[in-house]
Amino acid sequence: MKRTIIATVNNNSGVMNRITGLFARRQFNIESITVGMTENPEISRMTFVVNVDNERGLDQVIKQLNKQVDVLKVRDITDDSIIARELALIKVVAAPQHRGEISALAEPFRATVVDVGRESITLQVTGDQQKVEALIDLLKPYGIKELARTGITAFKRGAVKSDFETPKHSILN
Amino acid sequence: MGPETEEMQGRELKDENQEMTGASMLIQALARENVDVIFGYPGGANLTTYDEIYRTGMHHVLARHEQGAVHAAEGYARVSGNPGVCVVTSGPGATNVVTGIADAMIDSLPLVVITGQVATNAIGTDAFQEADVIGVTMPITKHNFQAREVEDLPRMIKEAFHIASTGRPGPVLIDLPKDIAAASGFFNYNQPVELPGYQPTVIPNKLQIKKLADAVSEADRPVVLTGAGVLHAHGSDELYDYITKQQLPVASTLLGLGAFPGTHELSLGMVGMHGTYTANMALHESDLLISIGARFDDRVTGALKHFAPNAKVAHIDIDPAEIGKNIETQIPVVGDAKEALRMLNEYNGTPGEFSEWKQQLQAWQEEYPLWYHEEKDFLKPQHLMEMIYEETKGEAVVTTDVGQHQMWAAQYYKFDRPDCWVTSGGLGTMGFGFPAAIGAQFAAPDRQVVAVLGDAGFQMTAQEMSILQELNLPVKIILVNNASLGMVRQWQELFYEQRYSNSVFPIQPDFVKMAEAYNIKGWKIENPGDMQEVLREALAHSGPVLMDCRVEKEENVYPMIAPGKGHHEMEGIKP
Ligand SMILES: Cc1ncc(C[n+]2csc(CCOP(=O)(O)OP(=O)(O)O)c2C)c(N)n1
Ligand SMILES: [Mg+2]
Repeated sequence: MKRTIIATVNNNSGVMNRITGLFARRQFNIESITVGMTENPEISRMTFVVNVDNERGLDQVIKQLNKQVDVLKVRDITDDSIIARELALIKVVAAPQHRGEISALAEPFRATVVDVGRESITLQVTGDQQKVEALIDLLKPYGIKELARTGITAFKRGAVKSDFETPKHSILN
Repeated sequence: MGPETEEMQGRELKDENQEMTGASMLIQALARENVDVIFGYPGGANLTTYDEIYRTGMHHVLARHEQGAVHAAEGYARVSGNPGVCVVTSGPGATNVVTGIADAMIDSLPLVVITGQVATNAIGTDAFQEADVIGVTMPITKHNFQAREVEDLPRMIKEAFHIASTGRPGPVLIDLPKDIAAASGFFNYNQPVELPGYQPTVIPNKLQIKKLADAVSEADRPVVLTGAGVLHAHGSDELYDYITKQQLPVASTLLGLGAFPGTHELSLGMVGMHGTYTANMALHESDLLISIGARFDDRVTGALKHFAPNAKVAHIDIDPAEIGKNIETQIPVVGDAKEALRMLNEYNGTPGEFSEWKQQLQAWQEEYPLWYHEEKDFLKPQHLMEMIYEETKGEAVVTTDVGQHQMWAAQYYKFDRPDCWVTSGGLGTMGFGFPAAIGAQFAAPDRQVVAVLGDAGFQMTAQEMSILQELNLPVKIILVNNASLGMVRQWQELFYEQRYSNSVFPIQPDFVKMAEAYNIKGWKIENPGDMQEVLREALAHSGPVLMDCRVEKEENVYPMIAPGKGHHEMEGIKP
């Protein structure tokens, strides 16, 4: 199953290394990791999309992350009401006669044309994973020359409390 | 004579908030952490630190290889309960302690390792003796730091000791660049440790304790599995009260030996690959398995698919990540083993009724005790262990290396005390046993320390005999000499159709002469009839000794769970 996990971590050098090393070492299957600064420059926020076989696998990912001294808080937000977004840049083969068609396809996705070449155009789209994937599927028949995706970054919808106030996965007690 | 203690008094504590060098901060901080000995080796990148050691008279033990230093620090940590401190230089000095750090990590021993590093402006340039020690040790330390500003150093050292010694203990490394050691700044050690990302749960949840206690009342066939966590938590007394009050049978992991007295009638002995038949069958047939400070290592569980098929599992561990990692757990208890046991002892539940179960266990014990064939012409290693047990009255600190002799020591030395046993369990590090004995002797200067070693493993760190010679440290080396990599030979016999690839020594050094080269008294024992007398004389000798005990070469360790098999499929359970 696919789960979305967020973590706040100390913005120290090497933290990313610690986390990716941990995932590799424990054979956790990671689909994407994003990281960036938070409102507090000393703290970064990471969003992971992980593939786990079962609850126990998920439990291990969260507990092993929690064990890192530089990891402040970890939370699985998959089942919460969340805003999850990723950005994708898609370079599509586009002969001049197809450009209009492609732009029309892109419109309902609010994708924008950010670059035009002789035989291709580049679209930028943001949204949740399904939306991004749906657009990619529609564009495939034209021929995708290059694709770059940022991976998901996410947080909880406009609750008063911060994402971490009521951890679902406390350490068992 | 044990290690000198007066020397350490030479340390002068400087006042807080003085300006001093990074190296001076380090030594001042170590003194404030009550470090009474450090094990190490100097080199280019830590000369400033060594200069400070020289000037302050800090008690330092010079190993002859950094691996010796780090294993000595581990032995010290295991016996004293305090972090062992190891100081080495950059590059090769640091990579030489990697094995010991990994060993301490997997066996949860508190270490603070200070590695020298090239100057900050040279980091990343492949400078002379530069190695990415932070990168190398990231997965094998509980945490690691690189000092980038001299003012950060006191905080880092304080955090390092805190992290190493609290929660689930483990090794912490500080990488100290040469220019930071030489730079000066203000030393302030009176800051509180603030680590929001590191808050171990010490006190367990009451509800979980109640659940566990109720499960015991309801169980018919309960068994307790104790691990090193009980020892790290200093919870042996609480364990004793709990077990004797509830009348629960106890099995122990290799590393947990001594947490509960091995000679007690409720003790079933060791579990796992070379555990007793009864301990393994007890787990297999149990309906309630209570693991306290043990982590269900594969050498303990055997094949997971056969593990304790009928048991409800309760698991007390200070590390939540261990709970449910290998074995599905119905009653998780996160917390310190001592605290959990204290709470269990306070809880007044209905006592359980296990008389039928205990009869069964006793029947197994009588039917399937540990066994070996006695012989007149060969010294049996198992018999040697029995003699060591007798001659030391079960009171020695026993360290071992890794292999057959380690298993025989675990089986036949009946550990009755919680502070008698130093062995490399999780990593199975050959070369550990001898330097660990040196560290143990520093932690317990007045106790008999016996290093039970294989003839192969001893050769991996034998150079540390220099320390025995230099300090007249009375460690007693007992070589269980089967002229082979015995454990490897055993597996080749059993699983590779007796193709003894590189496991039998065609020649061996003269170990007695080796010892004599270091001014250590040595004996070679070829006739089994001589063993007891030599042992008695050697143990009574005031200085270091080495006994080269020629044992039966083809002896195998039994009983045994073959790889891929379950607890109920032990082999070699009867003569
Ligand atoms: C550093 C290291 N290398 C290899 C091994 C694999 N190994 C495990 S036991 C063993 C044989 C040890 O021989 P010896 O020290 O003579 O002990 P014995 O088994 O004969 O008692 C070996 C090679 C190991 N555990 N550690
Ligand atoms: Mg041997």
